Amino acid sequence: MESRRNPRAVVDPKVRQVGFFTSSQPESSSTQPHQQQTDPISASASASSPPVSTISPSGNSLSPVMIPPPRLNSSDTFPLRGAAAGASSAVSPSSFSYSNRRDFPDGSTTASPGRHSRGSFVKSSTPVASSLPGIGMDSMAAAKSSSVPASGLTTVSVATMPPGLAEKASGMEVQSDQKKNSKPLKEKTTKAERRAIQEAQRAAKAAAKADGGKVPPGTSASVASTSVKAAKPAKPSTQKNEVAVAAGVTEKKGGPSEKDRKKDAPHPRMQYDDESRVVKAKRRAVVKQTEAKNRVELFRHLPQYEHGTQLPDLEAKFFQLDPMHPAVYKVGLQYLSGDISGGNARCIAMLQAFQEVVKDYSTPPEKNLNRDMTAKISSYVSFLIECRPLSISMGNAIRFVKNRIAKLPITLSESEAKAALQSDIERFINDKIIGADMVIVKHAVTKIRDGDVLLTYGSPTAVEMILLHAHELKKKFRVLVVDSRPKLEGQLLLRRLIKRGISCTYTHINAISYIMHEVTKVFLGASSVLSNGTVYSRVGTACVAMVASAFRVPVLVCCEAYKFHERVQLDSICSNELGDPNAISKVHGREDINYLDGLTNNANLQFLNLMYDATPSDYISMIITDYGMVPPTSVPVIVREYQKEHLLV
Amino acid sequence: MPDVQSMVAEFVNKLRKRKIEGSQATAKCTVELLRSVISHQRVPHANQAAALIDAVKAVGQQLVAANPVELAVGNVVRRVLHIIREEDLSLTTAAMAGLDLLDASDDDDIDNCKGIGYPAMSAAVVAAAARSTLRPPSLQTLLEGTPESATVPYTSSSGADSESKTADKSSLTRKLKHDVIEGVNQLIHEISGCHEQIAEQAIEHIHQNEVILTLGSSRTVLEFLCAAKEKKRSFRVFVAEGAPRYQGHLLAKELVARGLQTTVITDSAVFAMISRVNMVIIGAHAVMANGGVIGPVGVNMAALAAKKHAVPFVVLAGSHKLCPLYPHNPEVLLNELRSPSELLDFGEFSDCLDFGAGSGSLQVVNPTFDYVPPNLVSLFITDTGGHNPSYMYRLIADYYSADDLVM
Repeated sequence: MESRRNPRAVVDPKVRQVGFFTSSQPESSSTQPHQQQTDPISASASASSPPVSTISPSGNSLSPVMIPPPRLNSSDTFPLRGAAAGASSAVSPSSFSYSNRRDFPDGSTTASPGRHSRGSFVKSSTPVASSLPGIGMDSMAAAKSSSVPASGLTTVSVATMPPGLAEKASGMEVQSDQKKNSKPLKEKTTKAERRAIQEAQRAAKAAAKADGGKVPPGTSASVASTSVKAAKPAKPSTQKNEVAVAAGVTEKKGGPSEKDRKKDAPHPRMQYDDESRVVKAKRRAVVKQTEAKNRVELFRHLPQYEHGTQLPDLEAKFFQLDPMHPAVYKVGLQYLSGDISGGNARCIAMLQAFQEVVKDYSTPPEKNLNRDMTAKISSYVSFLIECRPLSISMGNAIRFVKNRIAKLPITLSESEAKAALQSDIERFINDKIIGADMVIVKHAVTKIRDGDVLLTYGSPTAVEMILLHAHELKKKFRVLVVDSRPKLEGQLLLRRLIKRGISCTYTHINAISYIMHEVTKVFLGASSVLSNGTVYSRVGTACVAMVASAFRVPVLVCCEAYKFHERVQLDSICSNELGDPNAISKVHGREDINYLDGLTNNANLQFLNLMYDATPSDYISMIITDYGMVPPTSVPVIVREYQKEHLLV
Repeated sequence: MPDVQSMVAEFVNKLRKRKIEGSQATAKCTVELLRSVISHQRVPHANQAAALIDAVKAVGQQLVAANPVELAVGNVVRRVLHIIREEDLSLTTAAMAGLDLLDASDDDDIDNCKGIGYPAMSAAVVAAAARSTLRPPSLQTLLEGTPESATVPYTSSSGADSESKTADKSSLTRKLKHDVIEGVNQLIHEISGCHEQIAEQAIEHIHQNEVILTLGSSRTVLEFLCAAKEKKRSFRVFVAEGAPRYQGHLLAKELVARGLQTTVITDSAVFAMISRVNMVIIGAHAVMANGGVIGPVGVNMAALAAKKHAVPFVVLAGSHKLCPLYPHNPEVLLNELRSPSELLDFGEFSDCLDFGAGSGSLQVVNPTFDYVPPNLVSLFITDTGGHNPSYMYRLIADYYSADDLVM
C-alpha cells in the first residue's frame, strides 16, 4: 500500500502541470517500444534504470485511494487510460520528466548532478523516442562502469531528498518550458510487469541502502553523473541524469516511505522552556532580547521577551550586519515594530525581500548555488523569527522557496537560476496569495444576499475584499465590525468600509452576545487552518465563532489554501504567540484608565497578551478557500492533496 | 416631611444620572432613604400598615422609574414592603393571642356570644396569618386572609372595647413603626454584611492551586477571593479586563495589593484561556427569578466558553440582587447603552462619513450588561448558601410577598 501511495503523491503535482503543457506528444506510439525495452531491463538488471519505468504506472494506479479534486479528474484518468490502452497522451508524469531531459539541449550542463539534468541534454540524443531504449541501456552500462556504483546513486537520492525533492525533480522539468516530447514510454506495462519492476526496485534499494549510506548526498549524485559523462560524453550524460532522477523518484516511491513520512510530519517547534536549546539559540541570535521578568507561568514554552528594547539596538547595528541583506533587514524591522501585520502582508513582504535577496545574490567561489542560497535563506529566516515568530503561512512560503531553490537544476547558469527563482516567488505571490483571494471573493460573494447583516472580527483582508466587492455589486447589506483590544484593528477596517459608503456598526468583543441577535452571517479570517479543522486566528475569533454558533448564526471562515497546515492543535496554549504585555496595562487614548500604572513590575501581576487562538471546528459552518467552499472536516483532504502540489507549483 | 421629599428627589436625580454605581451601593442608599421615609411617615391610628405601605410604594415607584435597569432598587423596595407586612402580621397575631388570653380570662363573664365569637374570629385570622407567612404565593393565600383584612377584626374589636385597650393600641401603633424600622435596619445590616457572609463560604469552593477566571469588578468577588487567600489557599486568578470600562484593571489592582497571583488577559483571550481555568467566578448585577443572571458585559461569552469546557460557572450574589421578576428579552430590555466615546473618540470618523449622500452610516454600540441564561450557570452563592439556578424562584419567594411583585 505504501509503495503505491507514495508514487501517487509524486505523480500528482506533475499531473497538474500537465494542464499547462499538454502540448507534448502524440508520440506515444514511438515511445512504446522504448518502454517495453526498459521494463525488461529493469526487471532483470540493475537497480538504477528500472525505477524510471515503474514510477508512472504504479503512481497512476494508486489513485483510487485519493479523492481527486474535481478539476484534476480528467488528468488523473488519463494516465490510467494510457497505461491500459497505450494511447496515452503526454499526460503521465513520468513521461514529462523524460521528455524534458531529452529535448533540452543545454551545452552548459556537463557537470550537473542528476536532478538538474533536465536542462542539460543535448538534442542529439533526442532523435526519436525509439532510439532511447538503446541509449538507456548504454547509460546504464556506463553508470555501472563508472566508479560510483549505481547503488550509490540511489542512496544518495534517498539521503538527500526531503520528501518533496524527488517530486520536485520531476516537477521541475515540467516547469522548464521545454516539454516537448517523447515520453509516455512506460505507461504500457502490464500489471505483472509492474510488479516485477517494483520488486526489482525494492531489492535494488535495499542493496543501495546497505552499501550507500555514507556517500554525501549531493556530491555523490553529481559525481555519478560526471563520471558517467566522462565515459560517454553526450548521450550518456542525458541518460544518466535520467537515471539519477529515476533513482530518486523510485526511492521515494518504493521504499523509504516511512522515513519520508517522518520527515513529512511537521518539525516540533522550539520550546522555550528547554533551557539548553534556548541558550544555543541565543548564541546565534542577531537580535538581542531581554527576557521578560514577569513571565506567565503557563506560557513558559513560548518566547517572552521585553518588547521595544530590540528596535534601537538593531537599528544601531544596521551597518555591522553584513551577512544580512538590507531588504530582509528592513522587513525584520517592520515586523518588530508592527508596521507590517496580517498574515498575507507579512508573507508577501517576506517573499519580496527574498526576491531582492535572490536578485543580489552571487554564488561565492567554491560553493554551490543551491546549497549556499538555502543556507542564506535559512539564516534570514531565523533573523525574521527573532524579530517576530513566523506565522504558519510564512512557514509554508519558506518551505516553498527552499524547495524551489533545492530543485534548481544545476545546469542553469547563475543568472538563469536567479531569474527562475524570482519568477517562482512572483508566481507564488500572485497565484497563491493574490489570486487565491480573488477566487475566495468570488465564492464568498455568492453567499451575501440583500438585507444581510454581516459580522466580522478584526480586520481580515480577505473579508474586507469580499465586503467591498459585494458592495460594488450593489448588494444591500450592513456590516458589524467587532473589535478588541489591544490592537483595535477593527477601526482600520471600519474606516475603509465607511469610506466606501457601507453602513457599519462598531462594537467591542464583549458586546458580541448583545449584537449577535441581528446578525445573519459571520465572516472571519484565519491565520491558518489546521488539519483537524481547527482555525488558528487572531485572538477572539474563537469567542465570536462560539457565540455565533450559540445563536445559530452561520460562521464562514475565509482562508487561502496556502495557509493550510498539516499540524493539529486542540487548544490555544501549546503554541501561540505572545504580544507586548505593556499593551495591556496601558489603554491607548484613555488616560483616565491608569489603575495599573506602576504595577507592571509587581511579581504578583502578569499581563498576558495572546495573539492567536484556536477555534474548534464545531463552531465553523464552512471554510472558503481558493479550492472552493468546504466544511472543516474536509481540511485534511485539502492539506493532503494540495499541499504537496502547492509546494511544487 | 419636606426634607424627606427633597431627599427622595435628590436620590432620584442621582439614579437618573447614573451617579450611583454598583447594586450594593444603590441598595444601601435605597434602604436608608426608605427608612427615613418610614420614620417620617405619620401613621393614622387605623390601618397604619396600609399607610406605610402606600408611602413606601409611592417613593419606590419614583425610584424604580428613575433607573429601571438598576433592579436592586426595586428589590429593596419590595423587601421593605415585605418587612412592613410581616411586622404588621406578627403584631396582629400577637394581639389576637393577647385577646385570646383576655377572652379566656373573662370567660366567667357570661358574655358568651362574645367569648365564643372572638376566639373563633381570631383563630381564623391566625390561620390566615400563618398561611400568608408560608411564603409561596399560593392562590389560597391570595384569596383568603390578607394582612389588611386581618387588621379589620382587631380594630373593630378595639373600638368596641374599653379605654385600657386604646392605650394598648397606641403603644401597638408605635410598636409597628418601631418594629418596621428595626426590620429595615436589619436589612441594611444584611446588605452591608453580605460580602462577609458570601466570603465565608469561599474556603469550601476554592482549593489549592486552582485557576480562577473572573471578569468585571465586583466587591463580592474580591472579598470572596481574598477570604480564600487568607485561609492560606494559594491559587491564581485570571482577570479579563472588561473592555470599554476596564474594570478588570481595577480588580486586578486590588487583588495584587492583597497579594494574589493575578494575570490580566484581554477579553478576547477568554476562550483561549478557559481550557486552563478550573472555575469562573463572577459577581452578578442582578439575579432573575428564573435563575438567569444579569452581569457585566462579556459575561455571556465567558459562560458559553465555560459551558463548552465544562468549567463551573459560579455566580456570587447578595440577597438584595435577587429579583422576583422573570426576564423577557433581557439583553435588550434590561440593558443600558453607554456612551460611544468609550469606544471611539468623538468625531474620529466624521471625516469619512459622507452625510450628504447618506450612503454609509456608522453606529457604535456599547452595552453595559449581559444576560446569562440559567442553563449556563452552575451555582449561585448567596449569603444564605449555595443554590441551583432552578431553585432561585423559591428563594426569592422567601424575600418578597406576592402582593408587591407588581409595584
